[in-house]
Amino acid sequence: MSSVPRFWRNIGVRYNLEGTRCKECGEYFYPPRNVCVNCRRMGELEPYKFKGTGEIVSYTLIHTPAEGFEGQAPYALAIIKLDEGPRLTSQVIGDIDKIQIGTRVKSVFRKLGEDGERGMIYYGTKFVPVDA
Amino acid sequence: MPGIKARSDWPENGVNIMRDVAIIGVKNTKFGELWERSLRDIVVEAGIGAIQDSGVSGKDIDALYIGNMSGGRFIEQEHIGALIADYSGLSRNLHVPATRVEAACASGGLALRQAIMSVASGYSDIVVAAGAEKMTDVGSEEASSALAAAADREWEGMAGATFPGLYAMIAKLHMHRYGTTSEQLAEVAVKNHKNGCLNPIAQYKHAITVDDVLNSIMVADPLHIFDCSPITDGASALVLAPAEIAHKYTDTPIYIKATAQASDTIALHDRRDITTLDATVMAAKRAYSMAKLAPKDIDLVEVHDCFTIAEICAIEDLGFAEKGKGGIVTENGETAIGGRIPVNTSGGLKACGHPVGATGIKQAVEIVTQLRGDAGKRQVEGAEYGMTHNVGGSGATAVIHIFSRER
Repeated sequence: MSSVPRFWRNIGVRYNLEGTRCKECGEYFYPPRNVCVNCRRMGELEPYKFKGTGEIVSYTLIHTPAEGFEGQAPYALAIIKLDEGPRLTSQVIGDIDKIQIGTRVKSVFRKLGEDGERGMIYYGTKFVPVDA
Repeated sequence: MPGIKARSDWPENGVNIMRDVAIIGVKNTKFGELWERSLRDIVVEAGIGAIQDSGVSGKDIDALYIGNMSGGRFIEQEHIGALIADYSGLSRNLHVPATRVEAACASGGLALRQAIMSVASGYSDIVVAAGAEKMTDVGSEEASSALAAAADREWEGMAGATFPGLYAMIAKLHMHRYGTTSEQLAEVAVKNHKNGCLNPIAQYKHAITVDDVLNSIMVADPLHIFDCSPITDGASALVLAPAEIAHKYTDTPIYIKATAQASDTIALHDRRDITTLDATVMAAKRAYSMAKLAPKDIDLVEVHDCFTIAEICAIEDLGFAEKGKGGIVTENGETAIGGRIPVNTSGGLKACGHPVGATGIKQAVEIVTQLRGDAGKRQVEGAEYGMTHNVGGSGATAVIHIFSRER
């Protein structure tokens, strides 16, 4: 991504799964939103730190990697539904042969990617399968 | 449809005071890897071709709208509207206003919609709607990276998502939930290549088999490289006029019955249902209501098959197949030329090619050609109503148009 501030300003969100919750309707948002999609201007958002547990909604094994992820292919990418409700896109690591739709996962802190050999290294959240 | 509701003031109340709009000229360039030609070369060919087809003169043109997704990334050129007007000879003497429209892969469809609204409102009479993308001046990795900007860069891209990866997750859940198979996905590519063989401008004019698709390299499981649309150079253009004067220019004007657009969340993971494009469902609902037509009235449709699964979702979301049955309907040949509802007679994005900004306009050129009865070997006999469906990103924008032979 080649931009330090663009990454740095979201460090709490990426490292610690910090999002928001609307006090008015109770919906949780990750990444954090400043406007509730249900209540819009009538909503009131407060910070919320997600527990980091959830399940796989869908997934894929990426063989042709995204730019900055060349060394990692093939890697598993999934849409994960956090237990509080919101969904996010993340890599799943560990025993990826075993993952299925519905597999329970939990968050772990890992390296995400890098801007070439001399550029920034990005850290953040990935997910690992957990035994049910 | 839970979660989405129709706006009660959409769109009839506004439309009644609008003018009917017709298409009086069309032109596609050849689609493919056009190493010897620049963006300006191909747009000028399409634009001049459409103007010639229509019989209007440059001095009659009131406005130009051009769909272009990423000139900045593909050829390091922004300000595409002005560039195109200039090289089409519409700037130095005529000073025709030119506007670039961007909505990722739906840029072309949106350019057409802006052009229609400009004529319908009475603000303009003769308007050119064009679309163009020059994608092969950069390598395929850089092109893929530019295309990935149509998704959520920070919350999908930074996790390692690619476009095939996002559609692969749609496919995976569709297969899990409805029993759709890899063979059924492959049938979409097989059919579209078969249609592409009949289209002189298509990038790929060779037939493929289900085995060819299944044995091609895996890009993002379950999508193989032959499940994906290619990187393409190409341009397309249309000339629009108020319906009441269309016959002055052509014996076969084709009329716009509906223009509709809808948005959804930028990230796939935030959608109500990952296997349904609610933007398509909503835009279709608005389009059918505006045209006072139902899916059964449509004779052929060009859908946004950026990946094979996208065509399956599209025919379901547009109402041509029950949800979950898109694969079976395709396998049964119902979407082939001669079938119940021919889909992507042009070869679609898969075989005709996908120059992103041009695609929405190319779809309209195909429907107009079909409704005029000029589609040669791929002609759908007796076609009265045709539809185009153009999608941006993984479904954050959908643009739908309905066209007819009679006013």
